Amino acid sequence: MSTARQVSVGATGAGGTQLVQAIAREWRLASNPVRFSVACLAFFYVLAAGSPVVAPYDPTYQYRAMPDCPPMAPHLSAPSRWSDGLVYFYPMRMADPVARRFAADRSRRVYLHFFHNGHLFTTAAGAPPCFLLGSDGLGRDLLSRIVYGARVSMSVGLIGVAISFSLGIVVGAFSGYVGGLADNLIMRWSEIEMSLPSFYFLLALAAIIPAGMSTVETFLMIVAIMSFISWAGLARVIRGMAASVRTRPYVEAARALGASRWRVLSRHVIPSVLGYAVVAATLSIPGFILGESALSLLGLGIQEPAASWGNLLAQAQDVQSLARYPWILIPGAFIFLAVMSFNFLGDHLRDRLDPANLRR
Amino acid sequence: MSPASGSNVNAALRAKSTAAGAPLVRAVNLSKEFPSGSDGLLSRRRLVLRAVSSVNLEIESGETLGLVGESGSGKSTLGRLLLKLVEPTAGKVFFAGRELAALSRSDLRALRREMQPVFQDPYSSLNPRMKIRSIVAEGIEIHRLARGREKEERVVELLRRVGIEPDALDRYPHEFSGGQRQRIGIARALAVNPRFLVLDEPVSALDVSIQAQVVNLLQDLQAEMGLTYLFIAHDLRVVEHISRRVAIMYLGRVVELADSAELFDNPRHPYTRALLTAIPTVDAAARPERLKLPGEVPSPLEPPPGCAFHPRCPYAKDICGRVEPPLESGKGGHAVACHVFPAP
Repeated sequence: MSTARQVSVGATGAGGTQLVQAIAREWRLASNPVRFSVACLAFFYVLAAGSPVVAPYDPTYQYRAMPDCPPMAPHLSAPSRWSDGLVYFYPMRMADPVARRFAADRSRRVYLHFFHNGHLFTTAAGAPPCFLLGSDGLGRDLLSRIVYGARVSMSVGLIGVAISFSLGIVVGAFSGYVGGLADNLIMRWSEIEMSLPSFYFLLALAAIIPAGMSTVETFLMIVAIMSFISWAGLARVIRGMAASVRTRPYVEAARALGASRWRVLSRHVIPSVLGYAVVAATLSIPGFILGESALSLLGLGIQEPAASWGNLLAQAQDVQSLARYPWILIPGAFIFLAVMSFNFLGDHLRDRLDPANLRR
Repeated sequence: MSPASGSNVNAALRAKSTAAGAPLVRAVNLSKEFPSGSDGLLSRRRLVLRAVSSVNLEIESGETLGLVGESGSGKSTLGRLLLKLVEPTAGKVFFAGRELAALSRSDLRALRREMQPVFQDPYSSLNPRMKIRSIVAEGIEIHRLARGREKEERVVELLRRVGIEPDALDRYPHEFSGGQRQRIGIARALAVNPRFLVLDEPVSALDVSIQAQVVNLLQDLQAEMGLTYLFIAHDLRVVEHISRRVAIMYLGRVVELADSAELFDNPRHPYTRALLTAIPTVDAAARPERLKLPGEVPSPLEPPPGCAFHPRCPYAKDICGRVEPPLESGKGGHAVACHVFPAP
């Protein structure tokens, strides 16, 4: 979906049907990996937007009797028992509290209820919970936590990119186009910023975030910090491109027509670097997702009990728990899919934004 | 303002500000140096490239001045200087009696309407990301000459005038041939009703068959709209065809300037002669004996002292290596910068 929107920017006055047509055309043009990536990202954003509905349980509720419970397999019930429910599972019971080993109780069937209680699916109140992806050390449903964690992890990239790229593009294009002293100052400043050891800088800044801040505030703060570190690299590349665009005859023609600096920048320089920037943006979203994970891993990002894919993965830090509860790595698979999808999408956008591929 | 009334107003303006045969464009001692690094990593000596060196030039309203020189002779830089696309290192440019450097930013912007460039490379002179509609309309938007439907009509009219079908409006430059792109570039320049066009090798990148079409178009436009041209080329034949007067440049200096016919019949400067005898002809009997020049064009970073041409000149005398010959005007405005063959 975002593919189509990016590329159809040039179309003037695209009405509803035109937009649908454009999306359909982009979908046809995309390769299968790209389609898969777009589907993945769309799915993740649906998870993020619809967390309360999609998640079967409260992500912070602790089923104290069921810590580190392995994933439970759903079973399709026989047609004769469809009156009880379509899908059932065997509830788990802790067989060995010391080793936290669980055994399925095959004597009982617990049915999943769909569209029940405001959830897509869940179990009846009072019935044993169904952990499709297992539970964490505190007995919280991992699936629900992943679904809620998508909110943080999928938006950290977008907000971060929105900040760092608007900064990077405007500053870089300005610097490259104007040149001279302003260019020199801006570039030296960006070099200072790039020479800061960014991870320590992040740590230091994260450490001064006041303790009383809410999760949302912390989240926004982290994104802002990461953006203000990462704009410099992009600005430098954009500056180089802008400096080369500046000498192109079509820019000279615009100047000869009396175009103001701002017009030359916004009409000629920025559009010429936008293709690269969009690619770089999609390719840098993974950096934000991973950056948030890294901070959360160190306990400086999103704080428990709130969930993000990064702090969920933080539980997979030691080999022992990894070996015994391998399902706690599942958030890593989500991070991997999201990062990979953004990379595929970025590659595809680069090809589509190549002027030789522009179509009416 | 319709296109027609627009050109009427322009015509009136033209008549007013070019009274009494004053030149439309005048360059006085115009020089441009480009810093070119130093000659070594640790050297403090700065190298400068003198692209244009003390050029004096006048272009009269309605005429075409041909400007000929090899690549690197500074002809394109001179054209850019006249349009104030680059700042001169020294000297002044006057347009219709007003000095460009003395104008305020808004006055300069208004004056830019009057003078427009057409570039050599039809591929890089049109923004590949803009539709033809926006490319041609850019000047109209900048100077708020028309908007909405009127703007659209105007763009269509301009395209029609240069021989491009209106169905081109929503297409991108890469969908057109070199000749068509050059026509679109001309339409963009004409959109603001200019008086003066700097044509920077407008046909050198085109096929010979297309060259003639574009040159004819330029001549038609000139006759119709009373345009003044600076026609930059490295091909003397093209220039002979279109120019009233021709200036020859060598290493940033104008070495000879004369009426077109005079220059071709009676070239004075040895460099001009070498250029003229280098024109290939079909008729072997009419071919003049070729004046071959030894060596290469010297580096503009280190131009030779005295007359810049003397190391390659078969007629060079002692004085040529010491004193730079000034461009002196003779009979009928035929100006030559040469110690050995002064102006007639």
